[in-house]
Amino acid sequence: MSLLLDIDHVGKTFTQGGLLSRRSIEAVKDISLQIEAERPEILSVVGESGSGKSTLAAMVLGQQLPTRGRVLFDGVDVASIRSGADRRAFMAKVQPVLQNPFEAFNPLKRVDRYLFATAANFMAATGKPTRQEIEARVDRALVEVGLTLAEVRGRFPHELSGGQLQRTAIARALIPDPRLLVADEPVSMVDASLRMSIVNLFSSLRDRLGLSIIYITHDLATAYYISDRIIIMKKGEVVERGNAREVLDNPQHPYSIALKNAVLTPDFA
Amino acid sequence: MQTEALLRSPDIVVEPTLTVERLKAYYTTKAFGIDRDIRAVDDISLTVAKGEVYGVAGESSSGKTSLIKTIVGAIRPPLHVVGGTVRFNFGGQTYDIYDLKPDELQAIRWRHLSYIMQGSMNVLNPVRRIKHSFYDFAFPHMGLGRATFWDRVRDHLRKLDLDPGVLDSYPHQLSGGMRQRTTIALATVCTPEFIVADEPTTALDVIVQRDVLTMLRDIQRDLGSSFLFVTHDMSVHATVSDRVGIVYAGRLVEEADTPTLFRSARHPYTQHLVASLPKIGDTTRRASLSGRPPSLADPPPGCRFHPRCPLAMDVCSKEVPPLVSIAPRHRVACFAVTGAPS
Ligand SMILES: Nc1ncnc2c1ncn2[C@@H]1O[C@H](COP(=O)(O)OP(=O)(O)OP(=O)(O)O)[C@@H](O)[C@H]1O
Ligand SMILES: Nc1ncnc2c1ncn2[C@@H]1O[C@H](COP(=O)(O)OP(=O)(O)OP(=O)(O)O)[C@@H](O)[C@H]1O
Ligand code: SF4
Ligand SMILES: [Mg+2]
Ligand SMILES: [Mg+2]
Repeated sequence: MSLLLDIDHVGKTFTQGGLLSRRSIEAVKDISLQIEAERPEILSVVGESGSGKSTLAAMVLGQQLPTRGRVLFDGVDVASIRSGADRRAFMAKVQPVLQNPFEAFNPLKRVDRYLFATAANFMAATGKPTRQEIEARVDRALVEVGLTLAEVRGRFPHELSGGQLQRTAIARALIPDPRLLVADEPVSMVDASLRMSIVNLFSSLRDRLGLSIIYITHDLATAYYISDRIIIMKKGEVVERGNAREVLDNPQHPYSIALKNAVLTPDFA
Repeated sequence: MQTEALLRSPDIVVEPTLTVERLKAYYTTKAFGIDRDIRAVDDISLTVAKGEVYGVAGESSSGKTSLIKTIVGAIRPPLHVVGGTVRFNFGGQTYDIYDLKPDELQAIRWRHLSYIMQGSMNVLNPVRRIKHSFYDFAFPHMGLGRATFWDRVRDHLRKLDLDPGVLDSYPHQLSGGMRQRTTIALATVCTPEFIVADEPTTALDVIVQRDVLTMLRDIQRDLGSSFLFVTHDMSVHATVSDRVGIVYAGRLVEEADTPTLFRSARHPYTQHLVASLPKIGDTTRRASLSGRPPSLADPPPGCRFHPRCPLAMDVCSKEVPPLVSIAPRHRVACFAVTGAPS
C-alpha cells in the first residue's frame, strides 16, 4: 500500500500577543492522517471555529511548516521541498481551492487570463507550449467542471455568477492535473443549490479523475452527502474520525454529538 | 425545536424604523466603450418595524449585498442609485439617507446604525492589533471610562465565544471564523438601534453560529433594536428572522412571516428554495432548478424567473408581475398566484 498523503504526528504552535501578553497557541496538536494512493477519496474536515482546520490545510499545501512531525506527499517530506522546480512540481500535484471565489480573482482582470497564465506556467516545465495547446488545456479543465472556454472567454469575475466563478476557480486548480485538492470552505459563500452542484462536482472528480479531495466545511449536510471519511476537530485535536455516514449518523464523542445537535433545521411542521 | 423557541421574539411594534421605496441601484460598467448596467437592485420596496428581524434571502449574485449597501448608503462607483428613497426613523426623527451630507451619514452610522459587511476583513486594520480597532471605532461612542470600556469589550467578546486575548492579536493571526466574530463584536459592542448584517455567520461552525445568533437576538430584544439580516442560508432565517423577503434577480418576489414562508410559500421560486434544503441523514440527489441564474446585465423580460419557472404562462415573459398583498403581511409577485392582468 502506498500513501498519497501521510500526515505523521503533525503539530503547529504559533505565538501571539504583545511583549507582555505573549502566549503560544497550539493550533494543531499531534494529528496523524493518511490517504492511500490507490483509493481516491473525499475526506471531510469539520469542527470548531479556530480548531486548526485551515492550519492543517496550510501544512498539507506546504504554506506553513509544522513545528512537530512531518507531512509526506508521495513519500517526500513537504518541508524538504526547496528548489523552485521541485516546488512547482509539488504545487502541480496539490492544489488549493479558496473559500471566496471573488477573492481568488482580481476584479479588474479578465478571468481567462488567469487560466491561460496558469496553464502556460505549468506547461512550461515540458517545453514552450503554443497558444492552441494552452487554450486546449484550459478548455479541458473547464469542461471538467461543466463550463467551456467559450462561456468564460473575455469575462470579468463579476460577469460570472458566484457558482460559475467557484467552478472556474476549481478548473484553474485542475489545469496542472493535481492528485489532491485542498478545499478550505469552498462552498460557504454560496447558496444551497450551487453548494450541491459544487459538491456533486467533487464526487465526479473523484470518480472520473481519481482525485482525492480534502474538504473543509462547516456544513455537515454536504459532508454527509459526499464524503468517504470524516474527521471532527476541536482545539487542535481530532476528537472523532471514521466513515462519514457512520460518524454523523451515530456520533460518539460529546463534541460531535453537540455539533450534530446544533445544526439548524428549517422545520416548521 | 429548542433554539427556535429560544430565538424567536414575540411582540413587534408596528411603526417602521426603515422604509425603502421603489429603490433602484445599478452598477454601470464600461466594456469595449459601451456602458452596461447591471441591475442589481430593481424596484424594491420594504419596511422594517422597530424590534423586528427582517431577513433577506436569495441565491448567490441575486443582489442581496447590493440592496444592503444601497440601504445603508455605502455606495461606491460603479454602483449608483437610479431611483427611490430610503428613510430611517430614529426616536421620532426621520433621516432620508440620500439627502444627508457625508458627515451626517457618518454620524448616524455610529449613533444608530451598525453595518456588518460581508467578508469581514475590511474593517479590521491588517497592520494593527485588534484592540486598536476597538479603541478607534467604539470607545468615542460609548461614553465610558477606559477600564469600564475594556471590561465591556471583554465581556462582549466572551459572549461570542472569543478569548479576550484576541485583542492583542493581528487580524491575520485569527482563524476565518474568529475574524468574522471579531467584526461582529466591533459592530455590536455599542448596542446600536439598527443592525444590518450581511452573511455574518457563514464562516462559523454550527455551535458558535448558534451562540452568535443568540447574542444578536439578545441585543435586539433587550434594546428593541431592529435587525436587517442577509443570508442565503434558509435554516438561519428559519431560526432568527421574524419576516423573510426573497430576492430573485434584483427583485423582491415574496415576503411573509417566517412560519408562513416555510409552510405555505406561494412563489414557485420560494417553494423551490424551501424544498431543496439538504439535511443530514439524507443522501438523495436534490433536484436543482433547470436553466441558469439570470444575468442582471440582460435580465429576462417580464417575470425574471420565467425561463426557469415550471408554471410559466405566456404573460410571464411579457409583463412584470407586481408584488401584491395576498394576505396580511404576505406579498407575492407571481401571475400564477395573483391572476394574470386582463
Ligand atoms: N498566522 C498565524 N499566526 C498566529 N496564530 C495563528 C495563525 N494562523 C492561525 N493561528 C491560530 O491558530 C488557531 C487555529 O486557526 P485556524 O485558522 O487553523 O482555525 P480553523 O479551524 O480553520 O477555524 P475557522 O473554522 O474559524 O476557519 C487559532 O487560534 C488562530 O488564532
Ligand atoms: N463592483 C461591481 N461592479 C460590477 N458588478 C458588480 C459589482 N459588485 C457586484 N456586482 C454584480 O451585481 C450582482 C449582484 O451582486 P451582489 O453582491 O449584490 O449579490 P449577492 O446576492 O450578495 O450574492 P452573494 O450571495 O454571492 O453574496 C452580481 O451579478 C454581481 O456580479
Ligand atoms: S409570474 Fe409566471 S414565470 Fe413568474 S413565477 Fe409566477 S408563474 Fe412563474
Ligand atoms: Mg479556517
Ligand atoms: Mg452578498
